[in-house]
Amino acid sequence: MGEFKVHRVRFFDYMPSGIRCMAFNQRTERLALARLDGTVEIFNFSDRYFQEKVIPGNDARSVEAICWVANRLFTTGLNGEITEYDLENLCPKYSVDAFGGPIWTVACNALGTHLAVGCEDGSVKLFEVLPEKIRFEKNLDRQKGRILSLSWHPSGTRIVAGSLDVINIFDVQSGHMMQRMLVDRGTVNSRTRECVVWSVFFLSDFTIISGDSSGKVQIWDSHTGTLNKAHLVSKWDVLALSLSQDESSLLAGTSEGTVVQFQFLSPTLGASEKEWVRTRTFKHHTHDVRAVAEIGTAVVSGGVDTQLVVRPLLDKVDVKSYDTGLRKIQFPHRPLVSCAAKAGLLLFQFPVQLELWRLGEGEGPGRPGHSLIVTRKPEKLLQLKRKGEDHICCSAISPCGSWVVYSTVSSIRLHRLQYDGSNISIAKVPRLPKVLRSAHQLCFSADSSRLFVASSRSTVHVIALSQSECKYLHTFKSSSGSTEPMHLLAASADGRWLAAANRACEVHVYNVRSRKPHCIVPLYGSCPTAMAIHPSTNNLLMVHADQLIFEYSIEEKQYTDWSRRVQKEGLHRLWLERDTPVTGVTFNPSNASQFLLHDTYMFCIVDQRLPLPDQKAQLYNQLTLKSLSEQDRKSYSHAFKFCKKYQPLLCVSVLEDQSVVVVERPLLDIATQLPAPVRQKKFAT
Amino acid sequence: MAALCDGFTLCGLASGPSSAEARILSIEQGREADHVIVTDARKSITVYKVSDQKPLGSWTVKQGQTITSPAVYNTQTGEYVVVTDNKVIRVWKDEDCFDKAFKATVSADVARVHALPDSEPVVLFARGGVRILDTLLAAPQQSIEELLPEGEVIRWSESFVKGKQKVVVFTTEQKGEHFVYLHRFNPNCLLKYKLEMEDAGSCLLSVSATVRNKNISFLYLCSRGCLYQSEVPVSGGPAEGVQPLPRTLLLKLPVGDGHLSVAAALSLDEANVAVVGVPHPSEGTRKEFLCIWNTHFQTLQASRELLGQPYGQLWCFSGKLYVPHGRVLTAVPYDCQQSSLAAALGRLKQGHGEGSCPPPPVRSWNSLLHEAAAQPQRSTRGIDTRRSKLRKSQAASITVDQVLEDIKTAPGEDVEREVESFLMGAAGPDLQLAVGQVASQLVTRCLSDPSFYTRNSLARLVHTRCLCHSVCPGLLPLVLEKKDYSLVQLCLQHFPDIPEEVTCACLKAFIDVSDGDLEAVDIEPDSMSLMEDISVGWRKDGNLENGFSPVLLEDDGYEARIPPSKSRGRAGLLDLDVSCPVGLKKAVLLNEILQTAHTESFLLPHLKDLSVQQVLLFLRYLWFLYLKFSQDFNVRTSGLRSPTTVQIIDWVCLVLDAHFTVLVMVPEAKDMLSHLNKFVRSQVRLISELGKIQGSLQNIHKLKQSEDVGLYSIEIIELF
Repeated sequence: MGEFKVHRVRFFDYMPSGIRCMAFNQRTERLALARLDGTVEIFNFSDRYFQEKVIPGNDARSVEAICWVANRLFTTGLNGEITEYDLENLCPKYSVDAFGGPIWTVACNALGTHLAVGCEDGSVKLFEVLPEKIRFEKNLDRQKGRILSLSWHPSGTRIVAGSLDVINIFDVQSGHMMQRMLVDRGTVNSRTRECVVWSVFFLSDFTIISGDSSGKVQIWDSHTGTLNKAHLVSKWDVLALSLSQDESSLLAGTSEGTVVQFQFLSPTLGASEKEWVRTRTFKHHTHDVRAVAEIGTAVVSGGVDTQLVVRPLLDKVDVKSYDTGLRKIQFPHRPLVSCAAKAGLLLFQFPVQLELWRLGEGEGPGRPGHSLIVTRKPEKLLQLKRKGEDHICCSAISPCGSWVVYSTVSSIRLHRLQYDGSNISIAKVPRLPKVLRSAHQLCFSADSSRLFVASSRSTVHVIALSQSECKYLHTFKSSSGSTEPMHLLAASADGRWLAAANRACEVHVYNVRSRKPHCIVPLYGSCPTAMAIHPSTNNLLMVHADQLIFEYSIEEKQYTDWSRRVQKEGLHRLWLERDTPVTGVTFNPSNASQFLLHDTYMFCIVDQRLPLPDQKAQLYNQLTLKSLSEQDRKSYSHAFKFCKKYQPLLCVSVLEDQSVVVVERPLLDIATQLPAPVRQKKFAT
Repeated sequence: MAALCDGFTLCGLASGPSSAEARILSIEQGREADHVIVTDARKSITVYKVSDQKPLGSWTVKQGQTITSPAVYNTQTGEYVVVTDNKVIRVWKDEDCFDKAFKATVSADVARVHALPDSEPVVLFARGGVRILDTLLAAPQQSIEELLPEGEVIRWSESFVKGKQKVVVFTTEQKGEHFVYLHRFNPNCLLKYKLEMEDAGSCLLSVSATVRNKNISFLYLCSRGCLYQSEVPVSGGPAEGVQPLPRTLLLKLPVGDGHLSVAAALSLDEANVAVVGVPHPSEGTRKEFLCIWNTHFQTLQASRELLGQPYGQLWCFSGKLYVPHGRVLTAVPYDCQQSSLAAALGRLKQGHGEGSCPPPPVRSWNSLLHEAAAQPQRSTRGIDTRRSKLRKSQAASITVDQVLEDIKTAPGEDVEREVESFLMGAAGPDLQLAVGQVASQLVTRCLSDPSFYTRNSLARLVHTRCLCHSVCPGLLPLVLEKKDYSLVQLCLQHFPDIPEEVTCACLKAFIDVSDGDLEAVDIEPDSMSLMEDISVGWRKDGNLENGFSPVLLEDDGYEARIPPSKSRGRAGLLDLDVSCPVGLKKAVLLNEILQTAHTESFLLPHLKDLSVQQVLLFLRYLWFLYLKFSQDFNVRTSGLRSPTTVQIIDWVCLVLDAHFTVLVMVPEAKDMLSHLNKFVRSQVRLISELGKIQGSLQNIHKLKQSEDVGLYSIEIIELF
């Protein structure tokens, strides 16, 4: 197969932000989660946990609580506003100030007609949910102490609010307080610290469950206001609770990084009397678990250690399948690195800045398995801070390395770079065409003369770039009428074709020269996660979230023979069961039949001339092949050549000189930047 | 063993001109053993009855006069003698007023007056002259010779009586050099020795001397923390000139910050030294400690923290140490006994034994999470206090001395009862001392009176775990002689320091004893059950592990051990169903021997004393044990106290080493030797196989090592 020169890059110090809160929408199977930097992400749990949408954060907006109301998403934060998001344009739709100081919590009633928010000043405010907006309705009786948690009774007549040292129950109709339950401060050493009720739940049988800062999960009777049972689950705080839809299972996330499950069971077999019993403890986090969600078949948890963990409940599954494995989602499912193949430059996207690096050079004997002597070290050429308060949502560098573009939810900025090997100058391109307001994805054509901007309502703007000017040429509108945001763009090497994929799983192909839509690739049920157009054959290669690979001939408007063969023979089981989506497709410039795919834990070269591996064949066969003789290799080798040496991968790209660039971000480097956990793992504990 | 008891304040100290300056001139022995004379710096003299902590009398000099030599009590005349303003000697009696004291002015400066038991005090003059007090007072103005060269100053002095020989010793200093003078009377002569000093920068902090076996032994402490000893004969031919005084380093004391400034050392007995002003080894550089060090074992025996800085002064009279520190003078009673290494280390061993540690309390998850919640243990603590109160009340009724006294004469039952009740009450660090004394006394009585043997008391004492062989060396031979095998077993289990000779004697006795004699012996049930397990085996009583019946394993296991071709013919050799060659109880006793600590080279000569028959029996038993241990994993994991395989192999080797030439000649031993040979061969093979595995495992380890990758590298990979 051959040797490859690999630039192994570890200087992209990308730091994911911790998870603050999350909400699961049972109906659409979407999980919305908010991070500490205000970013809101939506994962599609029915499509292999694919990170479907990302709404970039904003310095002025923090998110403390998140809530689905049907298909609408609301968050509240310390700026005292309730924000609804536009999930098609991936930006905040509007914000309403509740005038109660920072808002710590939000809860929606079962009917989805009202939102209740808990404020710093101790008030619980009700908002009526109207189409397109929300309207303030009334205040419940104000109490002393901030409201940190809220829950509606399923009937909608009562609200329970967790505060400092106390849990209050309100009657929604009258707004009066009905019960007041004092929460014990716990052990001796924390007696002077007030007990924070981080989370409460109001069950339909009028039981109340609370989790507090002294490590207790307590079960109360709301009629009498008495404590039924207290479970001590942690030395530290119980930060989050989550109740299953059928009220039979409860999760509690603690500061120790554990998630404790409680189940509503009868303690003796056959008895009808049931009580909440602590059943299982999961420990997948090193730091505070700030958010948990019980989604019926799995436990979802996230916290300060930035990873989202999906732990299936094995008592709820019958057969072992893809969904029964433990899943940790650490990295975004979209590229944060763009590579200028001709210039050997890498552009790193951070939330608030871009970094431009030039790759180094090396020389030496270059035997396989060895490193070259680095003669020129990589160099950071540029650090570009974003303007305004919005975080960067996408960025791109042109293949020639002379244009850098990025977009926030409010603006697009295009910069022209001049770099002669020693001096670098950057100039912002003034007066961009008016039509460019924000972008979901950005892409340059192969000759760097065109910029494609995927914008709102599934449109793609085409901009002509030249030394002197920057001219708006055309807008491709979605022919299907879909308004979902475009998240992938691919331009052909000859400049003729442009492929654009949106979150509705549609892939549109446009003819750039004739400025006409060319075709729509037959709709497939899983979202495409990466795609590219082959430089010589103009075949469009797409990889979907369910790991299937399709090759579509643009000119013939049909799937290629290879693609049909893949469908017919099926992909290897191990390939389909991989954990992370493919986030990059590139082609081997020296061999037209080969393309490169990569996900977080591997990259592989697929040779279309070789036979596909059958189900019984060894998929990861590089070690076996290495030990075989030249003759035997032929009979054993198959189309997929894996390399798992570099992990975790954020980007794999091929430069013009055919060397490969891999951008790694070791988990250890992330872990060392996290704050110290409250409880160190000790031996035998 | 030495111990410091709780001290008490004898008196407060008048504040001197500067805080660091000593506030007490000296303390001397008073009229009775319980009396001390405290001469305060410059002004007053007080006599205390120490046990009552109360002054009996006090005298103060007039304004303008200063006391230059501390008051001493002249036992001959019952008078006190003090020197004021260097030249005035005052003599008075208890009832006298100080002004009325007899006064005599001498012609030269007096350095010190020393009292001697049962004889007249001696006066040491500043220039080295020495006079007996009564001859001096007879002619006060007689001229005193100047013996010391110019610039030489007396730093310390002391006087002794040995037989009829009176001796005054004093040290002097001249330009950093130290000399020791020895003055003898009748005929008067003066010997001069030069003290070897350490390198420059170290100075002499404190000197003390004691008379031991016709020698005066000097103990001196240097500022580097070294404690030296030198010896000078009390009598001996007069030598001319200055002789060097050889020294031996007794102890290197821990010195916190490099130098001691004020410290004192005092020899308490041959082995124990009291030291004040030296840091405690585990308390950093703070020097406010009074410690007793054992110079034989170089261990700290006892220590007590002092409040306030000590002044580098330390006296010792009749079992009490007197230390001025801060603003008080404290008397600390102490107790020194002959010490053994095991006892010195024994304190560390306490609590490590399997029986002595309390059962781990069962803890709930909740209390694990909330460690502060220690409520469940509170109730037991309550019981403890009640029990310990009970113990204290009993202890108050009976003391060690009482017990010791009674052991000498009382009948056996009374002694047993008394020892029992004494042990009930005793606790704490003193227990170790007391138990040693009681045990020694009991053994002495048993030896002198053959009909007297208090088995229960001895067993009880051994059970305290405070006893070891070196504290009471007579115990084990005595017990062995009395054929009290269960107590021997107990001693073997509990004593960490049994000499190899005694171990061998026990071994011999155990081998020789007939199983019939052992019938009546009461053996510890745990070790019995182990032996029962071993000799019966799991196969016979169907003892199944988790209900699993290892039938197949049983059959295959044999085949695997030996090459299949030989397995038929040689089955007899490796028949694992060897029956135990000795009785159960005997086996248990032998097991105890196997588990004692020993040094092979010391054991070998004693092992040679065994007869061939004894050796054969013992070897057969070892062989049996070895087979059982190597075939049956259950035995080793039963958790009972049992010899380890390594111990068994060690003993096999030892016995073979000691008797190999004899065994080769004995026809009965032939089978045994060839068995052993086989097994050694198979062990060697096993080890070499393990070695191979280790090699491969190490290679795997090497493969796994990943190189450290920096932030950037350019690598070449090859895909196939």
